[in-house]
Amino acid sequence: MAKYLFLIPLFPLIGAVFNALFGYSIHKKKGEKPIHWLAILMPVASFVVAVMVFVNLASQSGEHKLLTNHLFEMVNIEFVKINMAFAVDQLSAVMILIVTGVGSLIHIYAVGYMHGDESYWRFFSYLNIFLFAMLLLVMGDNLIVMFFGWEGVGFASYALIGFWYKDVNNASAGMKAFIVNRIGDFGFLVGFFLLFWGLSGAWTEVGHHYVMGEEHFTITFTELHKLFANEEFVNAFKAKTFMGVSLATLVPLLLFVGATGKSAQIPLYVWLPDAMAGPTPVSALIHAATMVTSGVYMISRLNFLFSISPWVMVVITGIGALTALFAASIALVQRDIKKVLAYSTVSQLGYMFIAVGTGAYWAGIFHVMTHAFFKALLFMGAGSVIMGMHHEQDMFYMGGLRKKMPKTHMTMLLATISIAGLPGLAGFFSKDEILWKAFATENQAISWWPYLVWGMGALAALFTSFYMFRLYFMTFSGENRADRIPVTTHHGDDEHHGHHEIKESPSSVTIPLMILAFLATFAGYIGMPHLFHALPNYLEHWLEPVFETSTEHIHLRHGLEHSLGLEWGLMTVSIVLAFVGFFVAKRFYNNNPLIEDDPNNIPAKLKKKFAMFHEILFQKYFVDELYFFFVVNNLLRLNNLLSWFDGKIIDGIVNNVALVVKIFTFFAGAIDKYIVDGMVKGVGNIVFTLNRRVAALQTGRIQTYVIGMSAGLVLIIIIRYILL
Amino acid sequence: MSAIGLNHFLILATTLFGLGIFIISTRKNVIAILMGIELVLNSANINFVAFSRYSNGNIDGHIFSIFVIILAAAETVVGMAIVLMLFRRYKHVNATDLDNLKQ
Amino acid sequence: MSSYILSLMTFIPLFAGIIIASLAIFSKKKESEEEQDSLDGLIKWIALGVTLISFGFAIWAYFKYDPTKVFDLNAKNANMQLTEHYYWIRSFHITYYVGIDGLSVLMLLLTGFVSVVGVLASWNIKKKVKGYYALYLILIAAMYGVFIALDFFLFYVFWELMLLPMYFLIGIWGGPRKEYAAIKFFIYTLIGSLFMLLAIIALYYNLPAGQHTFNIIDMIKHADHYASIKILGLPFDKVVWLALFFGFAVKIPMFPFHTWLPDAHVQAPTPISIILAGVLLKMGTYGILRVNYTIFPHATMWAATGIAVFGVINIVYGAMVAMAQRDLKKMIAYSSVSHMGYVMLGMAGMTAAAMNGAVLQMFSHGIITAMLFMLVGVIYERAHHRVIDNFGGIAQLMPIYAAFAGIAWFAALGLPGFSGFIAEALVFLGSFKNLQPYVIIAALSVILTAGYMLWSYQRVFFGPIKEDMAAKYHYRSFKDLSIRELIILAPLAITAIIVGFYPKIVLSMMDGTLSALVNYVTK
Repeated sequence: MAKYLFLIPLFPLIGAVFNALFGYSIHKKKGEKPIHWLAILMPVASFVVAVMVFVNLASQSGEHKLLTNHLFEMVNIEFVKINMAFAVDQLSAVMILIVTGVGSLIHIYAVGYMHGDESYWRFFSYLNIFLFAMLLLVMGDNLIVMFFGWEGVGFASYALIGFWYKDVNNASAGMKAFIVNRIGDFGFLVGFFLLFWGLSGAWTEVGHHYVMGEEHFTITFTELHKLFANEEFVNAFKAKTFMGVSLATLVPLLLFVGATGKSAQIPLYVWLPDAMAGPTPVSALIHAATMVTSGVYMISRLNFLFSISPWVMVVITGIGALTALFAASIALVQRDIKKVLAYSTVSQLGYMFIAVGTGAYWAGIFHVMTHAFFKALLFMGAGSVIMGMHHEQDMFYMGGLRKKMPKTHMTMLLATISIAGLPGLAGFFSKDEILWKAFATENQAISWWPYLVWGMGALAALFTSFYMFRLYFMTFSGENRADRIPVTTHHGDDEHHGHHEIKESPSSVTIPLMILAFLATFAGYIGMPHLFHALPNYLEHWLEPVFETSTEHIHLRHGLEHSLGLEWGLMTVSIVLAFVGFFVAKRFYNNNPLIEDDPNNIPAKLKKKFAMFHEILFQKYFVDELYFFFVVNNLLRLNNLLSWFDGKIIDGIVNNVALVVKIFTFFAGAIDKYIVDGMVKGVGNIVFTLNRRVAALQTGRIQTYVIGMSAGLVLIIIIRYILL
Repeated sequence: MSAIGLNHFLILATTLFGLGIFIISTRKNVIAILMGIELVLNSANINFVAFSRYSNGNIDGHIFSIFVIILAAAETVVGMAIVLMLFRRYKHVNATDLDNLKQ
Repeated sequence: MSSYILSLMTFIPLFAGIIIASLAIFSKKKESEEEQDSLDGLIKWIALGVTLISFGFAIWAYFKYDPTKVFDLNAKNANMQLTEHYYWIRSFHITYYVGIDGLSVLMLLLTGFVSVVGVLASWNIKKKVKGYYALYLILIAAMYGVFIALDFFLFYVFWELMLLPMYFLIGIWGGPRKEYAAIKFFIYTLIGSLFMLLAIIALYYNLPAGQHTFNIIDMIKHADHYASIKILGLPFDKVVWLALFFGFAVKIPMFPFHTWLPDAHVQAPTPISIILAGVLLKMGTYGILRVNYTIFPHATMWAATGIAVFGVINIVYGAMVAMAQRDLKKMIAYSSVSHMGYVMLGMAGMTAAAMNGAVLQMFSHGIITAMLFMLVGVIYERAHHRVIDNFGGIAQLMPIYAAFAGIAWFAALGLPGFSGFIAEALVFLGSFKNLQPYVIIAALSVILTAGYMLWSYQRVFFGPIKEDMAAKYHYRSFKDLSIRELIILAPLAITAIIVGFYPKIVLSMMDGTLSALVNYVTK
């Protein structure tokens, strides 16, 4: 099976290249069908191969299950050896299944959603190339292949966010995503260099006898894993410093910077809400289910590296918790349905980072998985709602869709319950596991930190429940408010909007919704906490060998390992919080016609009372503006300054030197002309004037000459015979 | 009166030469100038013949003078032809005004 | 014939150029307008044929080259391959000595490729066609000559031979300020080569009596001698190293001697920009590796940090200035400044990986920048302006063009999957061992490059069509890429992608030579 691994990313690549080269003419001549058939077939084929790989992997005996597929050598110079190779272990197997599975569903969904778009072929080509890159990312056998995917998904995300590039806002959202990601990549790269340097250097430098096999050292994850399992090596790695900081701290910290970019954490989360400018299937696939979780995946993949530094773990949990709370608070007041989901995604990603930060890697991956299901479902449901509302995204003008779009309503409700953390559905299990681990962990450098993180996470959970049910009630309950849409905000190109029938989306949209709804409901049962004793925790058990090396660094606080009471208690708290959120949202928004002056409209009253808070939240804490004002503006100013410097100073010096030389040559020329040349010319002039005079004698008349001759003769005669 | 000697011939020749030079240098007409040249040539001929006569039996001078006469005839032919052409072109044969080459 | 590959490769274009030049001189008045046109058409094909033949020889040389024989001073010809060695001027020990190693074979391939691309890009030149192709072919010949010469005098002759056609090609076929740009280019490089000439003479006369030579390989054998003597009370090798370095640095172009580049690029016609950025800039770094590194290993070690500093300045400064440009071509010119900085950083890294990265970057930059300048030329041919902000929405009008531009732009910003990424990654990884702080600063360019590349791409291609500009410059009548333009761009793009995924195809050729060079310098 191992040698067929390459097929998994190859299929989408074929689809992408084929549609990119021939899609245009096929679309023109044969319509949309051949395009989406190919584009769907390819990820489905990948999914089938992925399932086979999974089965094959599961049937392997022993703890360390691994399939590797070495394709070709890319670089082999001195100490740098890079192979294009794929490796699948338990962790990547889970990720591949999520990526190809959810990916296939979203491709099918896109058939309905993108129907009629003029660049239909381009969309599917981009989607396929995204899958290709994402699969490189999760299947890469070494950091470089992973980085290929890492950047490749960034490119695909850029292309898809700016898919409708005629609107410059979409295009700049894409650009923002890419550039912000690149800021993260800067950290990632530097971390990578440091890691590489730390690995390839001779350990004798630090007075240690552990010397690496420098000759044929590779950067595969398997070998890294083995290295970091070696305590001697870890100590040497910790002892090696760069600018006074231990590599053991610096490397994971910098890699984490990369993760904050890709996975939209503070301070680099700003691109994700803007990324919602892309078509909704893109938001579902890239900006909810797969790409944004690659930071979590990367940390889990390198868990052995992150676990050795408690301080880095503090930073990760802190950033995760802060992001979870911060983004959730923004989501409380947003009106755009996709914006709410976008901030919700940022917030949920925060949970995942809390998980990996506390060393509960499997819980992070668990949440990645459940989140992929329910968030993809929410986005796709939102897309369905947006289609039904004829491209209106403001929830203020929705409402009453329960009857008109029953399938969308049912699936969305399940997803909402799941993400809100009401017991029994997938989101409840994963989120609860994370909060429990956050509370109980011991591997944080600050002793009170876990309580703080737990508190922030719990508060964020309350917010989550509130804003999700707010979204649900505003969209589906009460009467439809489409008649209030002002003409200007209408995006459609037809004149008589409002008279449209709001109807359920086509089956290519609703069937993926239903499949995902099933998964969002029941996926939690593969990761049930032990205290239920109902089912074994399949996922944790499955992933255990991958995180085995870090287990010696990861501990629950003493006495909490078996404290079932506390775990039950915390679970109760989160259930209560979820229900509080639900009831408040119901009280506020259920059947609320949202008329400003209505005395029953509690949200409007609150908004008036806390106008300033509302404004700050609604404007997203003005982070974008601050970034623009402090960073972007100053960078552009600096660039202009340097450009001025280049043109005026550097080039000015060049031109001035040229000018000085010119002036000098002018004087030299003058000297040459009037003095040196003057002398030469003077002689010439004398000769010339004399010449003129003498030339006058040359009359050309023979007579004159004869006279002269005669006169001469006479003169000679006189001199010869008379004078002498 | 002594017999006519060499000196007399020489004086005649000198006089003819002087007249020839005078004509060449004073006349503007090309034909006249040619005539002056003839005089100069003939003065030379007289000198040749005279020196030949008064030296012992040497006839070199006679031969030279015949040469000169033939040459003079040829020269006159060419000269007159040129003069004729000049006259055809310029309708005059005034040597001082024929200065086109000078410009 | 196979023993004359290098000479044939170089002299076929040279003679073809001279023949076309004599045609241009002697056949001017005899022919009527129409006849002249048909002759011009023929000359284009001849030029294409000649460059293809030379490219063919370069490919032949590539296949004849044996990468396992690496630089070794004790071997015959120091393991230079396909050598030809004849006396030229006996009294000054000047020889005609050519040969290749892993470094030059790659540059020959690049020269061949880019020169063919350049002929195709010149297809629409209408002005003084014979003179143009004559100069063009002489330029190509000189470029080949520089990359194969192993005799310093020969090297210098080719180096200078390159200058003259370039001057006229910019000065006659250039843009509005062509004279200024041409003279600036000419004087700058002339001053550079003056220093080089002085250095060459110094090298010649400071050899022990009876051993005077211009042969570079023989000079390398005297490296220790050079390192031991003094000139004007200063260490000889460092002084001469600096003089040579200055001569080469102008060509790279290294900050602060880079300002001729934007002017020359902006004024030069498209094919000349392609040649200039694609091949000419590489001669600077090639010269440093071929001469400075080999003859002065000690001085090179002494100066390595300096090269790195200037490399980092080139990278970051070039990128930031590029971001501020309004003229598309000028922006790309500054991006060249930035990208050539990677080569310098890699050269200074003093590890085999960094050195391979540097040379790979030379190759990759040649390919990618040729593509970028071609793309700018395409839009300039249609719009007759290059102001970034006056475009907008071009992607709607010329989708295939936009797609190729997307490939080129992303290749230039170092997206994995294109050759630029591998080169940059190797430079960074390799240099990190010796130059950590510099590499970290240089890595900032991943942000800056993405910034200016994507920003310019967005302003040119995305957004709505600007109606006022569309009316003024007739955007709506623009045709998408022609077949000729596709034939130019597609092979470049494919090469960038192939090298991006399978860099070994290139690395395997040069790794041996460069590793040996690094070992030799750092020993």
